[in-house]
Amino acid sequence: MTTLIDNTQEPGKREQAAPGVQRSRAPNPTPSTPASLYKKREQIYPKLAHGTFRNLKWLALVVLLGIYYIVPWLRWDRGVGQPDQAVLIDFENARFYFFFIEIWPQEAYYITGLLILAALGLFLVTSLFGRVWCGYACPQTIWTDLFIYVERFFEGDRNARIKLNKSKWTLSKIYKKTAKHIVWLFIAAFTGGVWILYFHDAPTIARDFFTGHAPTTSYVFAALLTFTTYSLAGFMREQVCTYMCPWPRIQAAMIDEEALNVTYRYDRGEPRGPHKKGATWDGRGDCIDCRQCVAVCPVGIDIRDGLQLECIGCALCIDACNEIMDKVDRPRNLIAYDTDENVVRRSKGEKARYRLIRPRTIIYAVLFAGVGFIMLGALIGRTTLDLNVQRDRQPNFVVMSDGSIQNGYTVKVLNKATQTRALTLTAEGLPSPVIKVAGQTDLTLNVPSDEAVDFRVTIVEDNLDQIGGRAEILFRLTDPASDTEATRSAVFVAGGTK
Amino acid sequence: MTNDDRPDVTDDGAPRYDEPTGQYTTGHSWDGIEELNTPMPRWWLGIFYASIVFAIGYAVLMPSIPLINSHFEGLLGHSDRGEVAADLVEMRSERAVFADRLSGTGIDDITADPELFRFSMAAGKSAFGDNCATCHGTGGQGFKGYPNLNDDVWIWGGTFEDIRHTLEVGIRAAHDDTRFNIMQGFGQDGFLTRDEINDLADYILAFSGLEVDAEVQQRGQTLFADNCASCHGEDAKGDRSQGAPDLTDADWLYGGERADIQTSIYSGRQGVMPNWNERLDPEIITALAVYVHALGGGEPSLPAIVPASMDDSAESEIVTDDTNVEAETP
Repeated sequence: MTTLIDNTQEPGKREQAAPGVQRSRAPNPTPSTPASLYKKREQIYPKLAHGTFRNLKWLALVVLLGIYYIVPWLRWDRGVGQPDQAVLIDFENARFYFFFIEIWPQEAYYITGLLILAALGLFLVTSLFGRVWCGYACPQTIWTDLFIYVERFFEGDRNARIKLNKSKWTLSKIYKKTAKHIVWLFIAAFTGGVWILYFHDAPTIARDFFTGHAPTTSYVFAALLTFTTYSLAGFMREQVCTYMCPWPRIQAAMIDEEALNVTYRYDRGEPRGPHKKGATWDGRGDCIDCRQCVAVCPVGIDIRDGLQLECIGCALCIDACNEIMDKVDRPRNLIAYDTDENVVRRSKGEKARYRLIRPRTIIYAVLFAGVGFIMLGALIGRTTLDLNVQRDRQPNFVVMSDGSIQNGYTVKVLNKATQTRALTLTAEGLPSPVIKVAGQTDLTLNVPSDEAVDFRVTIVEDNLDQIGGRAEILFRLTDPASDTEATRSAVFVAGGTK
Repeated sequence: MTNDDRPDVTDDGAPRYDEPTGQYTTGHSWDGIEELNTPMPRWWLGIFYASIVFAIGYAVLMPSIPLINSHFEGLLGHSDRGEVAADLVEMRSERAVFADRLSGTGIDDITADPELFRFSMAAGKSAFGDNCATCHGTGGQGFKGYPNLNDDVWIWGGTFEDIRHTLEVGIRAAHDDTRFNIMQGFGQDGFLTRDEINDLADYILAFSGLEVDAEVQQRGQTLFADNCASCHGEDAKGDRSQGAPDLTDADWLYGGERADIQTSIYSGRQGVMPNWNERLDPEIITALAVYVHALGGGEPSLPAIVPASMDDSAESEIVTDDTNVEAETP
């Protein structure tokens, strides 16, 4: 992406990120002090921004954290003996409950579908608006934002924090730091604690957790998430995005010249420089080099260097710059959601062009809709009764004493309904079958609610001339009570001619 | 190394700025191939060292170093085998609930309780695979000389009680009350000549539809009445109480070809099944009986059809009979 900017420059000036802007990230090594192979962490002190995007981010933070913390407490009536938690991942009984949906292990393809949908959704959004996921919705961003809010509450804004960190240890500094870490730890523990509520009945596990009766895994996971929340949001922050997360690398393949990204419009901003009130704006750019965009940046980059790997697309620099533009009485959006191509076009004197609908976005949208429809269809067509039939292979068939042929089958019935069902089993396709269910005298299969039961079924057929060596048969399971049925085709093997 | 053609590469191995990438090099140069310096964060190095420390600690605490005859067991004394053993103990105690309910119950009690029935089927299938499949096949399909357990042909009876008893005492096994009879080698022992055996075999095959001429039929009938009918019955339908198979049905344990039948008459058949009462727990034998009974050929043990008391007494009588037969056989 940066090459686009460089291409507009004279070849000799390529060290400049934008006209007049020296690249500042790479160290400047000399032979006497060779460049280190390891980079020292530079502490970032993001300044509080004010404006549309900051408000949007606050809103996203409240809504998403609200969902995370409140959802396990929502109840959903599923009948007697069934969990009444709206969202529950029940590992012990191998069920996943999501409001009216109940997923069995063999239906894990719903989860696969959901993940595919999430990935395609992410592709689509990224190709349209860049890294909005990273900037607004990623848990790392959300919790970091929350932790920085706490930090700011106790230690003050950017300059105060820089000053505090450089100052000697005083009682006041000890108080501020301790209070911050206590609140951080409290939030982290709360986050880890809520995590386990998704895997057990929330009120029960919450009580068991504090009385010491919860399973060990609950304590382990609560501790683990407390640790990760505290360390990743409190200390690691932008390092997670820059060095640990693979998503920024993948996204580079989704973003193109026409994707809307947080962009510094250098065509309008350059040449930059300090501006005195009342001085003319002729012959210079709108950027007054106040570095507010750098001060608010949570990943510590200068957006004026162009699109960079570290940029999480949080748009806080847009807010910061707009505030300044208002003050100096210039039009807003010197930094804005814009495309690389438009910046180039404008600097060449061409008109800006926005193309949200382009082959890439169309493909992602079609794929997204396609998978979505398939998922929806699968969900609507989902039955509460499932029948699987497995024929014995050893023996393939059995010759009875009177010369008739017997085949054995394992009939697996899944009852996903909330009540016990008495189902009637029939098999079609044979002239005179004698069907038997092992251990019972009738053909009624009783399957308790929410269970999968195996039945051993044998079929004896004596009219062998009529079927030849092999016959296609159809097992049919009917539920007289709810008028539903399930069928499964199978084979009856009679060997060669007798 | 000279760099007359590359004025930007210095001789002293100093890093240089690389224009296309906007990065510095490490200063290393091998035949003009240079390495860009993309510095790792220093904490990453810290995690690397921490991992080494963890690995050392783990190796000290957990079983790690192989020795010649054993291995270093670690300070924590962890053992995967020990955990499996503990899990097995726990699993057995969980299953004991079912095992208790299985011992001493009849088939009616078991089928009346679907949960117990399913447990028996699962336990029976597993025990069958471990103990019975070697001879009877994984699905109980049987082989020549080893009965198919899926069909309705039962030499010693096909009710749940019969099957369970067979499992317990075995056939011609070491148990005192084992199911016992003798199908002697009529040719081998000099009772019948080759011609007589041929006639007899044809006569027996005639029950299954072989066309034989009247003379052979006549000779065969006499031979059968003299030698076979005492066990297999006048009509050759067999006698379960003596473990004498039905010779008229479609099932042949040792093969239904003329040569197979001739061999059976000539050398006799003395198939053995071990008595399992010493090797398996009673509840496992019950589960096995439930499983085999459910394979397809199990017969109902309704008192109206097979009176249990009569059956028992008949059986014990036969055992005495068999012993006598054995004593009398030269």
